[in-house]
Amino acid sequence: MADLTWKELELGGIISSPGNASAYRTGDWRSDRPTKDYEKCIKCGMCWLYCPEAAIKIREDGMYDFDLFYCKGCGICAAECPKKCITMVEEEE
Amino acid sequence: MAKKVKNAKKVGLEGSFAIAEAAKLANVDVVAAYPITPQTHIVERLAEMVADGELNAAYIPVESEHSAMSACLGASATGARTLTATAGQGLELMHEVLYVASSMRLPIVLTVADRALSAPLSVWGDHSDAMAVRDTGWIQVFAENGQEVHDLVLWAFRVGEDPDVLFPVMVHLDGFNLSHVTEPVLLAEQADVDKFLPPFKYPLPLHPDKPVTMGAFGPPAIYTEAKKAQEVAFENTKGTILKGWKEFEKIFGRSYNPVETYKADDAEILLLTMGSLGETASMAIDSMREAGKNVGLVKLRLWRPFPFEEFRKIAGKAKVLIVLDRCISFGGPVGPVFSEVKSALYAEKKRPKVVSFIGGLGGRDVTPENFEYIITRGIEIAEKGSETEYEMIGVRE
Repeated sequence: MADLTWKELELGGIISSPGNASAYRTGDWRSDRPTKDYEKCIKCGMCWLYCPEAAIKIREDGMYDFDLFYCKGCGICAAECPKKCITMVEEEE
Repeated sequence: MAKKVKNAKKVGLEGSFAIAEAAKLANVDVVAAYPITPQTHIVERLAEMVADGELNAAYIPVESEHSAMSACLGASATGARTLTATAGQGLELMHEVLYVASSMRLPIVLTVADRALSAPLSVWGDHSDAMAVRDTGWIQVFAENGQEVHDLVLWAFRVGEDPDVLFPVMVHLDGFNLSHVTEPVLLAEQADVDKFLPPFKYPLPLHPDKPVTMGAFGPPAIYTEAKKAQEVAFENTKGTILKGWKEFEKIFGRSYNPVETYKADDAEILLLTMGSLGETASMAIDSMREAGKNVGLVKLRLWRPFPFEEFRKIAGKAKVLIVLDRCISFGGPVGPVFSEVKSALYAEKKRPKVVSFIGGLGGRDVTPENFEYIITRGIEIAEKGSETEYEMIGVRE
C-alpha cells in the first residue's frame, strides 16, 4: 500500500480485496516492546485473554508468545500477568 | 430560451414539485430525507408519489439530515439512483457526510433550497448554507427559475453517474423564491428522459457476490495519494459536464452554460449574481441599457468545479466587475464569491476592478432599484475607491 501512486488507487479508495487489514503492520505503532521470562511463565493464558489486539499466539507446546507484527505495546499483558513475568522495554530502533 | 419544444407539457408548478417530477422521470430508486423548510415540499411530493404507486422507489424517512445523507451513501454504494433534499441547518447537519459521498465517488443528487443559517433563526433564503459546503467536493450548480431546476436535476443524474465522473451533484435553488413559487414549467417527456439518461451502473458496487470494502481508513502513507486522485478526477469532470448540457440541448432544446450572460458581450461594466436574483438583475440591466449605460450581467451557473476558463474569457474583457454575495465570510474577504472571482482574475494581464456588495441575506428582497444602485455605486467605487472592502445593501444604519 505504501508504494501505490495516486494513479493506482481504486475508485474512491475502494478496497477490492476485503479483509486485507491483516496485512497492515500495527506493530510499528509500538514504543514499548513486551519481553518475557519464559522460566516464570505458568501458561495460564491471562495475557492471551487480555490482549486487545489478539497479538498473543499460543505455540504448539502451549507456551504463549508475542506477535510483534501486530503488538502495539500497550502493556496490558504485563499489567495483568499474575506471575509478573512480562516486562515492557523501550524500543530503540 | 427554448429553441424547439417537442410536445412538452407546460404546467404550473412550484420549483419543489418540478424537482419531484424530474426525480420521477429519472425513475429514482431511493429517496432518504428529513423535512426542513423551505425544502419540505420536494420530499413531501416524492413521498406522496411513492405512497400512491406513481414512483417505484424506496422512501426512507430518517431522523435527521445526517442520517439522510448516510442512508443515501449506502443506497448509492449498492448502485441505486439516489436523491435527497435539504436546506440551511439541514445542510450543515449533513456536512461531514457530504465529504464522504464525494471522496467515495457516490453520485447522489442533492437539491438544496438555499436558506440562511441561524442565529437569529431564519428559514428564508440566502447562500450561507451553499457557501459553507463549497469545498466538499460535490459538483454544484445554481438554478435561476423553475424550469432550470427541473432540467438541472435530470442533468445532475446524467453527469454524476457518468462512468467518467462518478461524483455527487448539488443543485441549488433559492429557498422560497424558487422552491415555493409556481411557474410555468415544460415537463420533460419520459421517452426523452430515457434517451438522455442511461441506467446507473456503479463499477464496484456493494454486492455479496463480489465483496469490497468502502470507506476504509487511509493512514498517512496513502491519504495524500487519495486526495490527489480525487482532485484530478474532479477537475476532469468538466468535459462531461459540458457534454451533458450539449446532449440536453439536443434532446430538450434548452441550452445551459457554466457561465451565463445577459447583454454582457460588449459590456464594460459587469454585474455578477448567482441563482434566482439573476432575473431581477436583468431588469436593472435593461433599464440601465435604455439609459445608455454599457452594462451587462454575468450569472455563475457552475460553482464547482469553478469554470475558470469561461469566467476569465467573459469577465476579463470588462473594466469593472460588481459582485453581489448573499453570504458573509466573517472576518475574511466578507463576500465569498467576490473573493473567489477576484483570485480567479489575479494572474490575468487584463482584468477588471472587482467591487463587493452583500445583500439578499435571510430572505431580504433585492429589487431592480437596488441593483441599479449597486451598479451605479459600484462604478463610483471602482473609479474613486472606497474606505470599506464591501458595502451592504439595504442595511439600516
